Amino acid sequence: MEIETLRTLLAEHPFAQGLDNRYVDLLVGCATNVRFQAGEYIFREGGNADQFYLLRHGRAALEIYAAQHGSITVMTVGQGEMVGWSWLFPPYRWVFDARALELTRAIALDGKCLRQKCEQDHELGYELMKRIVQVLEQRLQATRLQLLNLYDLQPQPAEARSR
Amino acid sequence: MEEAKNLNPSILQRSQLDLLFGALAERGYRVVGPTVRDGAIVYDDVRSSADLPVGWKDEQDGGKYRLVRRDDQAVFGYAVGPHSWKRFLHPPLVRLWQATRKSGGFDVAAEQHEQRLTAFIGVRACELNAIQIQDKVFMGGPHVDSAYKARRERAFLVALNCGQASGTCFCVSMNTGPKAERGFDLALTEVLEDGRHYFVVEVGSETGAEVANALPLSPAKPADTAAAERVVTQTASQMGRSLDTTDIKELLYRNYENRRWDEVANRCLTCANCTMVCPTCFCTTIDDVTDLTGEHAERQQKWDSCFTMDFSYIHGGSIRPSARSRYRQWMTHKLATWIDQFGSSGCVGCGRCITWCPVGIDITEEARAIRQSEIAPQAAAKEDENGD
Amino acid sequence: MMTHPMVPDPWRVQRVRRDTADTFTMELESANGKHSLAFAPGQFNMLYLFGVGEVPISISGDPAKPGTLVHTTREVGTVTRAMRKLKPSDCMGVRGPFGVGWPVTEARGADVVIVAGGIGLAPLRPALYQLLAARNYYGKVVLLYGTRTPADILFRKELQNWHSRFDLEVHVTVDRAMGNWRGNVGVVTTLIPRAPFDPHSTVAMVCGPEVMMRFTVQELEKRGVALENIYLSMERNMKCAAGFCGHCQYGPTFICKDGPVFRYDRLQPLMTVREM
Repeated sequence: MEIETLRTLLAEHPFAQGLDNRYVDLLVGCATNVRFQAGEYIFREGGNADQFYLLRHGRAALEIYAAQHGSITVMTVGQGEMVGWSWLFPPYRWVFDARALELTRAIALDGKCLRQKCEQDHELGYELMKRIVQVLEQRLQATRLQLLNLYDLQPQPAEARSR
Repeated sequence: MEEAKNLNPSILQRSQLDLLFGALAERGYRVVGPTVRDGAIVYDDVRSSADLPVGWKDEQDGGKYRLVRRDDQAVFGYAVGPHSWKRFLHPPLVRLWQATRKSGGFDVAAEQHEQRLTAFIGVRACELNAIQIQDKVFMGGPHVDSAYKARRERAFLVALNCGQASGTCFCVSMNTGPKAERGFDLALTEVLEDGRHYFVVEVGSETGAEVANALPLSPAKPADTAAAERVVTQTASQMGRSLDTTDIKELLYRNYENRRWDEVANRCLTCANCTMVCPTCFCTTIDDVTDLTGEHAERQQKWDSCFTMDFSYIHGGSIRPSARSRYRQWMTHKLATWIDQFGSSGCVGCGRCITWCPVGIDITEEARAIRQSEIAPQAAAKEDENGD
Repeated sequence: MMTHPMVPDPWRVQRVRRDTADTFTMELESANGKHSLAFAPGQFNMLYLFGVGEVPISISGDPAKPGTLVHTTREVGTVTRAMRKLKPSDCMGVRGPFGVGWPVTEARGADVVIVAGGIGLAPLRPALYQLLAARNYYGKVVLLYGTRTPADILFRKELQNWHSRFDLEVHVTVDRAMGNWRGNVGVVTTLIPRAPFDPHSTVAMVCGPEVMMRFTVQELEKRGVALENIYLSMERNMKCAAGFCGHCQYGPTFICKDGPVFRYDRLQPLMTVREM
């Protein structure tokens, strides 16, 4: 794939919205276009987290494997979303499996390379961090809602709730 | 009720008051009015003025009510008691329909509406306002409570301009009294002066005029009407309580989280007395009951109260489990949300909720405390500034 | 003499179908020759079971077919549990329809995004029928539907049909999935950021548990949907449905006659007050 095409794809991705051109260029330098067949792992729990992925097409599931239960899907992500932040923090290892549910195309960004660049250029670091934190915020909220078991909230005895 | 403003008030002598009872009975009215029972003035069937609480007055304060003898023979020389006219127009228990099981289903027979004409004697200005407020609830929306409407259309209202305010009255603050301005068939002002005892009679409707025509009325002289006006003016100056209604809706909407609600909740027993005695509180519940054979069912409408735990129950629990939120719901409804719902306050300043609260919680005091809490922090901040 | 709004009409059960482990759909026809009950999407009826009691249940059928009354509900109490056991030709009392429904007509010209959680899809289904019946009047129409598990998904067959339409975008997600579920996993709010609608010209219709609706509003607001274009269906205790009994008060509103569907900007000051 030509660099120019990759640049366009990256610039179009919601993750890069509002990002200064020089930083888009810089990201392109760390980017690869990738595709995964349905059922193919994008990364595996325990593996080295050297990359993260901006999904362009398709859907992927974040899974955790439990003996006797098999793979349990924690959440699914799709077009326009980002997967993976373990590359940001030591020990840089994946905590979940990510698996393509259908043919999935993505831009892989080299986390190792970006970590260094962010250390050198804190403005870049801030721009990336803002975007990643927003994803984290959404995931955290969604997880909290999931924990609430909203559709089947068990009633509390009224006495316990008063005051 | 058609308005037929009679600009010329007339006089009915005290000794002729029973003729009013007769004139109403003759026209087929059941006559209901104040009478003394169990140490309180309640509303019940009355046959003549002898059944009325002649020579009695009441002493009222937060959580306190007692009857004492007057030193005159005034017929209406007391303020309102625990009853209000809603027990006749919006009775505590009403059967709405009955159903009988039949093969493949059931038949529903709607309850026949009240056909009886009823005259209410001694309806105070605050109570007239309360009736008009309930009219809006039951007849002013997209659905009409036809049973209420039937009772209301058959009611003849004899208003009474108050000659005596109680310690918990605040109709002047609510702009609902002590003079009956509209919505009555006849209005009386009782005058006891210089050894004379008479009623100044005003006519408020065509039916009222018809009844008035059957009475031996004499035209009121200017001195008589002036005496009647003095009665009302004097009552207005006797208000036991007051409530500042300036922007009260906004005030309460701003104060859903005021700490005062916690304080009042510490005293409130959620006994629902205030809602039972309130002449505008209209909440009911629906009970579907079946007899032992399972062949007959009926639906009953019963007074309910926002102070009960069940009132706001939906699957999963009560929406308002705390006393704090239930008192807040009641008072905010009465003084604020009512304005958005029905275009007027839900409070007519009759003071019943204060008198009949077993712990003497006072709606005027609570409103004042909330208003004060908004001013006090500002004053405190100002003091701080000055101190620096 | 006018009929008292508290008196029910007799309707006959045509069939009762189980939708999920704890939800079912009843189809009723008039038993007294009053052949139809015209309703607006989002309205509800009071359903009475002889000797058991009465409950408010939203209408889940097609407004274009008012001859058959369709109600979908969850077994949560005595009355709904008894309703589940109804057989064809059994009789039931119906009062209604009551309340203000979804702004289906008002939304013409705009994109429409429907966000449903759990049983919340039931009162939204009539809106979808109406939107699809006049599909040309609308921009994009998007349905985002979330349930607890795949087994809790309502109207599966219909969802599949809708999914295959080119003029309707359907996304279904579940909070929890095991086994062979290949669909989305995550709460329904996670579908909002990437859903294809123009936030500046969108009417959102939302129904589900109150917490889910609050978070849905947040996500819609993040996308830039104006608060006055967001509509929620609220639930409170309802006894009379006609505004007389006072039970369903929610601040200055009566859910039964001012709602159950409200514009969010009207609810906003109330929704964060506890025990309102």
